[in-house]
Amino acid sequence: MTAGQILFNVVFYFFALLTILSASVVAFSRNILHSAFALLFTFWGVAGLYIFSDAQFLAAAQVLIYVGGILVLILFAIMLTHRNPREDSGQESNQSSSVILASGITVLVYIALLAVYLPVNWSGKAASYGTMTTEMLGTALTRNYLIPFEAVSMLLLAALLGAAYLARRK
Amino acid sequence: MYDIINYFVTNVKILQSIPFWMVQAAFMLAGCGAVLGVAALFAGVGSVVERNIAGRIQARYGPNRVGPWGWMQFLADGIKLVLKEDLIPDASAKMPFRLAPYFIFTVAFAAFIVVPFSQKLQIADLNIGILYIISVSSIVVIAILLAGWSSGNKWSLFGAMRSAAQIISYEVPVTITILAVIMMAGTMSMQEITAGQSGGIWRWFIFRYPLFTIPAFLVYYIASIAEVNRTPFDIPEAESELVAGYHTEYSSMRFAMFMMSEYVNVLAVSAIAVTMFLGGWQSPYPGHIFPGIWSNIEGLFWFFSKTFFLVFLMMWIRWTLPRYRVDQLMDLCWKVLLPVSFINLFGICAWMLLA
Amino acid sequence: MDLVFGKMLDNLIIIGAILFCLGIYTVITRRNAVGILMGVELMLNSANLNFVAFSKFRWGMPDGQVFVIFVIILAAAEAAVALAIILSIFHNFGDIDVDTKDLLKE
Repeated sequence: MTAGQILFNVVFYFFALLTILSASVVAFSRNILHSAFALLFTFWGVAGLYIFSDAQFLAAAQVLIYVGGILVLILFAIMLTHRNPREDSGQESNQSSSVILASGITVLVYIALLAVYLPVNWSGKAASYGTMTTEMLGTALTRNYLIPFEAVSMLLLAALLGAAYLARRK
Repeated sequence: MYDIINYFVTNVKILQSIPFWMVQAAFMLAGCGAVLGVAALFAGVGSVVERNIAGRIQARYGPNRVGPWGWMQFLADGIKLVLKEDLIPDASAKMPFRLAPYFIFTVAFAAFIVVPFSQKLQIADLNIGILYIISVSSIVVIAILLAGWSSGNKWSLFGAMRSAAQIISYEVPVTITILAVIMMAGTMSMQEITAGQSGGIWRWFIFRYPLFTIPAFLVYYIASIAEVNRTPFDIPEAESELVAGYHTEYSSMRFAMFMMSEYVNVLAVSAIAVTMFLGGWQSPYPGHIFPGIWSNIEGLFWFFSKTFFLVFLMMWIRWTLPRYRVDQLMDLCWKVLLPVSFINLFGICAWMLLA
Repeated sequence: MDLVFGKMLDNLIIIGAILFCLGIYTVITRRNAVGILMGVELMLNSANLNFVAFSKFRWGMPDGQVFVIFVIILAAAEAAVALAIILSIFHNFGDIDVDTKDLLKE
């Protein structure tokens, strides 16, 4: 293997491990703030994996919207609803029956997903669009997917009004 | 950066015996180190310059005892801060408390990777350069919230929440104005945005469609003063109101990190404003005086003079204007800057299409 | 470019599957409502990763990335509304423990 390939592998698996380990902290941590912080690293890891799939605009948009918007909202919500900062008020169910049930469902879903994916022979055509540019995304959004684009902007307006109405103090 | 690497590899024969990826990695690290050094030096010297400017505006002297004209004051401050006791309050959440200053510091530096200092002096010319800067500067909010919450102090929490609300509100006019610039340039790459402004001072983006681009520059500048929490928008750090906002509980080197990251942020937003509106490293006359590779030095000179002018303007504004109240601040963003930035965007778009 | 452990597409799908399963575990196990929202975000991220991976390595057209843009936008809208509801619940009940909020009428 050439040095370039080694570096490629190292960086890819670094991002993959970052994503998976942070997601594990999100799932298994008792402290909700540690989970939120690990979610930040999960989003970064996924953004790194997008760059490996030739989706640079999406990586920047992911960091901008998920980290700069959604995670800030989540942190605000955690801080405004935090009751006991140091007492472990049971952020997850301690009963072993629910943990076993959750683990069972998780493993079953994982096996089902892999059973769907692995038997298929995915070798097919390679990327036919050359290098992805933002211009191609813009063209696709305003030509082929114009109606969903407008519908989503309506939905954002509705979500904005709904969230502002629901969170007001009476 | 690749042009620099190729130039050195073709001209300095000894580098051709080392594998190329090693040369590349070494040059990238050296470039990042150089930018880090420049920004950190600016953070130090900038604090002294600010205090001298503050003194002159207030009809008194600034620091003038340590070193010639007081320019080693930041070294004295640094030594003092390093030698202070590092207090970690008992009521704080230990891990985020220690991590937050370094987070803010890292994010403040990360914007310098795509800033073009000259024709060839840029660490990485990403083809989504400006979008990268917007996304990276939105991570600052998380770091501030973390710093304020983990202090275990309700004044820190209030300051952090106000600061976070201020930053995410003012990100909207900033992003819309940047969108207008991307429309004018046709690309998101910072080097190409700068190259699109070549041909003398009247080709800079600020003078391109003057009715709309001059207000766009002003909107961007005012909103970015609010983004970096400088007076008149420094409610989160208001000494007279909230003790010191989200960095109340920090002492010694962690506090120094907050101070340094504020100055590095000031330099970063000034550098971005210069690149987008004032022509980056372009000189006010078309073409360049020095031949060949020395035109880089000329570009560097013009870039830094324009950036330092904007930084001086920010310091001047800081010591002249009184502070905004929180509701006035939000009113300014949502009722003044946002409509004006929309009008600018549509005006620039219409002018581009009709002319 | 092939990786050490197989093709790039296989690696990305397996990472997506692991993220999805961790998201499901988070949603089932957490008692804090914001924690459940974090699990939902994990699941959305895994679906996005799938879309982008297939868009590049199998389909060869940018349509997958367009879909990811829509999913990101919808996730933002949903998070805003969900957090507004959570704050409402906090104002009314005093905590956001979903195990105790299991009756329609008090």
